Amino acid sequence: MDALRILIVDDEEELVSALEERLFLRGFQAKGVTTGEEALAHIANQPCDVVLLDVKMPGLSGLEVIKRIKEKTPSPQVILLTGHSSVQDAERGMGLGAFDYLMKPVKIDELIRVLRSAGARNGTGDTGKS
Amino acid sequence: MQELEETTGPAQGIDALVSQRRYRRILISAVVSVSVVAILPLLIMTGINYYQYQQAFDTERTRPMVRFTVNGKQSLESFLSERLSALAMVIRESSFRELRDAGKLNRLLVNMKQSFGGFVDLGVIDERGIQISYAGPYELEGKSYMEHAWFHDVSVRGVHISDVFLGHRNLPHFVLAVQKDPAVGQEYVLRATIDTDVINRQVRSLVTAIQPSGDAFIINDEGVLQTPSRRYGSVMERAPLPALPYSTHASLTELEDENGDPLIVSYTQIERSPFTLVLLRPRGSMQAGWISLRRELLGFLAISIVLILAVVFGGSTYMVNRAREEDLKRRALYHKMEYTNKLAAIGRLGAGVAHEINNPLSIITEKGGLLKDLLTMSEELPPRERLVALVESVLKAADRCGGITHRLLGFAKHMDVEREPINLDVLLHEVLGFLEKEASYRNLRIDFTYQEEPPKIVSDRGQLQQIFLNIINNAFAAVEEGGHIEIGIERVGADAVTVTIADDGVGIPADQLTHIFDPFFTTKKGAGTGLGLSITYGIVQKLGGQIAVKSQVGEGTCFTVTLPIGQELG
Repeated sequence: MDALRILIVDDEEELVSALEERLFLRGFQAKGVTTGEEALAHIANQPCDVVLLDVKMPGLSGLEVIKRIKEKTPSPQVILLTGHSSVQDAERGMGLGAFDYLMKPVKIDELIRVLRSAGARNGTGDTGKS
Repeated sequence: MQELEETTGPAQGIDALVSQRRYRRILISAVVSVSVVAILPLLIMTGINYYQYQQAFDTERTRPMVRFTVNGKQSLESFLSERLSALAMVIRESSFRELRDAGKLNRLLVNMKQSFGGFVDLGVIDERGIQISYAGPYELEGKSYMEHAWFHDVSVRGVHISDVFLGHRNLPHFVLAVQKDPAVGQEYVLRATIDTDVINRQVRSLVTAIQPSGDAFIINDEGVLQTPSRRYGSVMERAPLPALPYSTHASLTELEDENGDPLIVSYTQIERSPFTLVLLRPRGSMQAGWISLRRELLGFLAISIVLILAVVFGGSTYMVNRAREEDLKRRALYHKMEYTNKLAAIGRLGAGVAHEINNPLSIITEKGGLLKDLLTMSEELPPRERLVALVESVLKAADRCGGITHRLLGFAKHMDVEREPINLDVLLHEVLGFLEKEASYRNLRIDFTYQEEPPKIVSDRGQLQQIFLNIINNAFAAVEEGGHIEIGIERVGADAVTVTIADDGVGIPADQLTHIFDPFFTTKKGAGTGLGLSITYGIVQKLGGQIAVKSQVGEGTCFTVTLPIGQELG
């Protein structure tokens, strides 16, 4: 099985870089960006399986990004990252087609488990990439 | 001195509203005004009644006296004129010769005694004053009256009525004398002595009429009693009264006799006689009834005033106490509201802070997790620099968390009024610190438009934070995504600073603009308490400042807060 391609989108650069490396250590192919615009540009150029997306960001918000991602098919699975105060936003994101959402700060095992199941879903829905 | 004023200034407002002294003032003015309104008409009415009663009482007590005086005058005058007429008829119808006849004169006297009564004797006196004929109990024939005053009087006036005198038998009587008209024959005088019994009886009936304390008698022009007086003794004694002005009508007067007794006196002159009929009553006796009525009247007034004062005082005290209780409740409610608003603001901030803390916390989690990964998952230890860099990141993120909690604590701890020099520029940035994440998520632009170094003011940090947090929160709520908020600080005159917070949001319609500082007024249906701006307004007032608002629908809203600089610190 090829390594799952993960795109991490969060405005905290430090968070992105740490996650990138931790996922890499666990055998994922992770790439981090810090704005919604960069994320959309990256998806347009390179295929990826799962997007880990922060809901609240300056500029293009997480909800805006998921909307744009889901406009195209096939599209990667999206897992939302949210703080306490934006649970409602996360649920709106679920309505927009997110696979799941996780509360910050997230436990790595939990994250891996959700990433795997998202990847598995992707595998069944998009045979060409797995 | 100024410092003192500044610190006591904010204590006014709702706290001054419930001060004990203020309620005492209200109570006093309520009691005074209500008492005046209630008692003044009562006093006026009682005064009018007093006067009217007195008048009525006087009239009622004196009218009978006047009436009896008039009656007495009439009967006395008719008594005298009857006898004078009888004498005049005798002298007119009889010849001198007939009257000189003692036998005829005796018969005449008997007839007159029978017809009229009171006649004691009859005598005929010639022009020389010699009594030439006499009928009666004494031997008076030949007596000369030439030197007597009455004889002169009758020769001048034709008629004479004498004072009462004590005659030979020591009985009071008086003389009636009529002169024969000189034009119709020989000049002579018919003289009759009249017993005062009849007059005494008439006067006594008047005494009976004005019982119990009254008296009636006749005096002559010299004030000598002509009839006995209960008060002043028997006939021929002097009545100790001041001279009474001549009056042919019944005259009523108040006077004191020579014993010093106050009297009500009704008197009248008996015509053609030296007699004055006098009726009198001691004033005290007449006033006994009036005094008791007056006592009742004044007693009623006094009791009414006491009752009114009691009711007014009791009622006012009750009302003022109720008002004070209400005010105290209101103050408690206001303080509670203020506190609730503060808590709500903190709660709102808390949510923001929790979110903000989540980000550095996530960094700590991930950096710490990575550190653990590197130590556990790699065969060999990662380079020292790598580890240090990770730990640095963790510490930096922890610092961020610390900064956020400090800010919240700094906000929350300023619950009590404290005064300290404050740099408004720094304070506004602190407040915006809570909101900058939201601003960045919503792409709001916040500009500070002042150039010069803004002056420091002496004020309360926590209260100012709340004022600006409330206003800027409202501005955030008003603007769309990507909106613009402009904050200005400007010195106004020597002792004030204005802070303007202008947004380019939806604006407030003119009809709502006048209500936005009212408690419970809100445009955020279901979302707001409607207390934010009302409390903001209260705090600004408390700090001695003013708050104003301008707004244009569709263009934006601008709040201007003017604050006193207070004592400037170097």
